[in-house]
Amino acid sequence: MGKEGRKFDTKIQYLKYKVLREVARIAYNSDSGFELANSFNDIAKVIVPGPKATMRCCIYKERAIIAERIKMACGGNKNNPNVIEVIDIACDECPASGYQVSHDCRGCIAHRCEDVCPKDAITFDENQKAHIDKTKCVNCGACAKVCPYSAISNYKRPCEKACKVKAISMTNDEIGAAHINNDKCISCGACEYMCPFGAIADKSYILDVIDILKKSENNTKYKTYAIVAPSISSQFTYAKLGQVIYAIKELGFHSVVEAALGADMVSYSEAQELAEKGFLTSSCCPAFVDYIHKSFPKLVEHISHNLSPMASIAEYIKKHDETAKIVFIGPCTAKKMEIKQERVAKIIDSVLTFEELQALFDSRDFDMSSFPEDVLDNASYFGRIFARSGGLRDAVEQSLKEQNLDFDYKPIACDGIEECRLALLKASKGVLPNNFIEGMACVGGCIGGAGCLTHEARDKNEVDKYGREAMEKTITDAISMLK
Amino acid sequence: MKVTVCIGSSCHLKGSRQVVERLQALIAENNLKDKVELSGKFCMGNCQHGVSVTVNDELFSVSPETVDDFFKTQILSKI
Repeated sequence: MGKEGRKFDTKIQYLKYKVLREVARIAYNSDSGFELANSFNDIAKVIVPGPKATMRCCIYKERAIIAERIKMACGGNKNNPNVIEVIDIACDECPASGYQVSHDCRGCIAHRCEDVCPKDAITFDENQKAHIDKTKCVNCGACAKVCPYSAISNYKRPCEKACKVKAISMTNDEIGAAHINNDKCISCGACEYMCPFGAIADKSYILDVIDILKKSENNTKYKTYAIVAPSISSQFTYAKLGQVIYAIKELGFHSVVEAALGADMVSYSEAQELAEKGFLTSSCCPAFVDYIHKSFPKLVEHISHNLSPMASIAEYIKKHDETAKIVFIGPCTAKKMEIKQERVAKIIDSVLTFEELQALFDSRDFDMSSFPEDVLDNASYFGRIFARSGGLRDAVEQSLKEQNLDFDYKPIACDGIEECRLALLKASKGVLPNNFIEGMACVGGCIGGAGCLTHEARDKNEVDKYGREAMEKTITDAISMLK
Repeated sequence: MKVTVCIGSSCHLKGSRQVVERLQALIAENNLKDKVELSGKFCMGNCQHGVSVTVNDELFSVSPETVDDFFKTQILSKI
């Protein structure tokens, strides 16, 4: 990937980034969308110079896919309400046939696979090699577990495997491009991150953001605010955080504010709400909230009435600066859905992921290492650790303590949507022993978000370290200025 | 009277919380809650000279040490 590519986990992210960067470059340097509309071919040639194909059958298909990526970088299909979309021609239509016997089958005599199959779906040919009758097979996987040669494997598409809410199916049963069911999809981006062909992408609003920045005329027409998620502490590791903050201002933002201060506001009032109601689920993670609405509608009444940290702090800013334009920058694709909600649409103008922020920096050819360090310090330790699983749980506990609320706190922190599903299932049956559910759709919490540049094991430590560096040590102190 | 304290990162690190809390206390002590509207703003573009405070749009530099004097001369005496 070269030195530049090392900023990302995968070559797919790098590819998407290059498209975003080139689109942003043109948008910054032109006054109308006309130039961009004329540049599709030029951008495709920058990214796929040829003459030999390196990713697909020929450079023409590669360039056609780049054109689709440019469309996503420019906001994607306006008629699709979801921010996550399949790029049909980029989908490699991976095998999706479920359990299959491979050539590793030695035609043994034991036939454990046959014995264990509950549906009598296994037959043998004249060489004693096993075959699975797909009309009978229910994909239970029992045969695969007992085969001594590991000759039976499950062919499932990576996107389908990644989607724990089962929103992905094939357009045409087992063949055809992947299809996202919007009634189930929670826009977490897990499929996007896992697709080895980059055939699923989140719509980008970088053009809107560039437009907001340009029309502010250096913050004279109105002021532009960037609210950054605390997970930024685990990102852009090639530079100092202070340099990244400086760079965000160089893009044209008037001020950079921590979403973590919104998190302090949230945990403070969530503790009160919990003590009053006795049972709550968190409302910070938009994918988790969406999941409750779509899969556990009866539990909707138990979702905390708090706005998310992003929206809470944005509401404060907008209240004191009515013409403010506010952009959230974070690791999350689901935030792009959250800002379409009526309550949030009024206060947040756009959302960028860290991937997109990197593309904006590089479209301006910033030399980060030459930048001085600016400061970012608004929130407490507890607001900052919201970025990782368990952080919200700890912050609510601290808030109960700081406010002397007498409440027998029995929280559960659900790390990833599967753990969320289990807890919600128990809650819906009245057998959950806990009275507070912290729900985070991404494994690890926000630091595992699909919009992160990198997802590494040490990221949690980076978040905790950043938390400890906060000047304010208590939630009460951090939010005292906002009253 | 509208008094706005900068609570942006730079001013926060220079003590804007202490300034806000002291002003809140002084306003309460002097029964000025109806007359002085205290609010916060994220960055006034005057980071070098923080803590920035505006009184009806006039800009001042205040610190936790000078906030009592500032209250007397710029707020109390002008009500």
